Amino acid sequence: MNIDSIQNGVVIDHITAGRGMRIYTLLGLDELDCSVALIKNAISNKMGKKDIIKIDADIPVSFDVIGYVDPGATVNFIKDGHLVQKRRIEMPERLVNVIRCKNPRCISMVEQELDQVFRLTDREQNIYRCIYCETKASAV
Amino acid sequence: MKSVIDILDLSVEEIEELIHTACDIIARPEAYQEACRHKKLATLFFEPSTRTRLSFEAAMYELGGNVLSVSSGSSSSAAKGESVADTAKTVSCYADIIAMRHPNEGAPYVASLNASVPVINAGDGGHNHPTQTLADLLTIYREKGRFDHLTVGFCGDLKFGRTVHSLINALSRYEGIEIVLISPEELKLPSYVKKDVLERNGIPYRQTTSLLEPMPDLDILYMTRVQKERFFNEEDYLRLKDSYILDLKKLETAREDLSIMHPLPRVNEISVAVDADPRACYFKQVLNGKYMRMALILKLLKEAEQG
Repeated sequence: MNIDSIQNGVVIDHITAGRGMRIYTLLGLDELDCSVALIKNAISNKMGKKDIIKIDADIPVSFDVIGYVDPGATVNFIKDGHLVQKRRIEMPERLVNVIRCKNPRCISMVEQELDQVFRLTDREQNIYRCIYCETKASAV
Repeated sequence: MKSVIDILDLSVEEIEELIHTACDIIARPEAYQEACRHKKLATLFFEPSTRTRLSFEAAMYELGGNVLSVSSGSSSSAAKGESVADTAKTVSCYADIIAMRHPNEGAPYVASLNASVPVINAGDGGHNHPTQTLADLLTIYREKGRFDHLTVGFCGDLKFGRTVHSLINALSRYEGIEIVLISPEELKLPSYVKKDVLERNGIPYRQTTSLLEPMPDLDILYMTRVQKERFFNEEDYLRLKDSYILDLKKLETAREDLSIMHPLPRVNEISVAVDADPRACYFKQVLNGKYMRMALILKLLKEAEQG
């Protein structure tokens, strides 16, 4: 399957197969007017299968979202048909308004104006905890 | 601005400093009678609690300070929908230090981010209650003379019991601690506390459903109440509330120097007959709580003054 290369925009590559849709949703790409391609299960020499997202517009993307869902993914910035920057994404130390706390007793459930902030507490196990109540974020 | 939201906000050295101050207050109470003169403590209690609020207020009065009190969420601006952040900013204009209890976990932390005066967490839902842990630590220190090389049994509701989690956290920083977890299956210590605190710090622990079996090994037995307000349904509460009741018969195999602790209030998990046993320390804990709150208020006000 071929998707045309883009002239100006962003390509999120090396996404673990199956995680592309989560990134698509959390980045709010469904709300964009430009062309967006989510390619699932693309063949990859390195990974076997991978997901790819191509966004045909030069928009800011949240590295935190990508790092939370799939550390190891790469973000490529394309200008005039050329790759101008390639960035490998790592797990962020803090997540702000990316995910919501599920603890019904948490203050962030009651006070909707509060930012939803999670802190990386265990890098090996990929564990984030709510900064208010310390509840563990549900798995990606 | 230093606030105390979690017991781990205080280093081992700071806890030692607080213990030292509390012991000095006990030895020379008159020296502290004016220590907080012209200072005001605001006790913001958005959840019912008689003893903790009284303890904070007694502590402030004994330091010669004054108290501004909100004792119920329903009679405050919170009932009108004011945010914790706005409450903290407002109260900072009136008081020099805030003690806050709130049913929502993390509320005192939000207050500390917005207040311009120190905030002490006086209990947030099932989350943290650091001044209870300070009371527990002073009790252990006064009874045992040390925090290291102790076998500590925790009995009852280890799942929702925030005082248990906080004390385990605090004790995990000392050498030679062994923990025995005594609870029914449904109320076992959460796995994240076992993994993140006990295992990460290399603290040996074992779990049992029997209160009798580990009794002879214990230096300290920390009993807890099965708290109704932590359950989502009453059926589970009624089924589990009488799981572990301590009486004189169960204490027959216990050491002579065992210390029996309980954060109070108790329902029926310690028989009243145990109160007269010299090993019962739970009413001493109440008094120790006041001394540690005095020490903490003094420390935080002093640090706030120094900027």
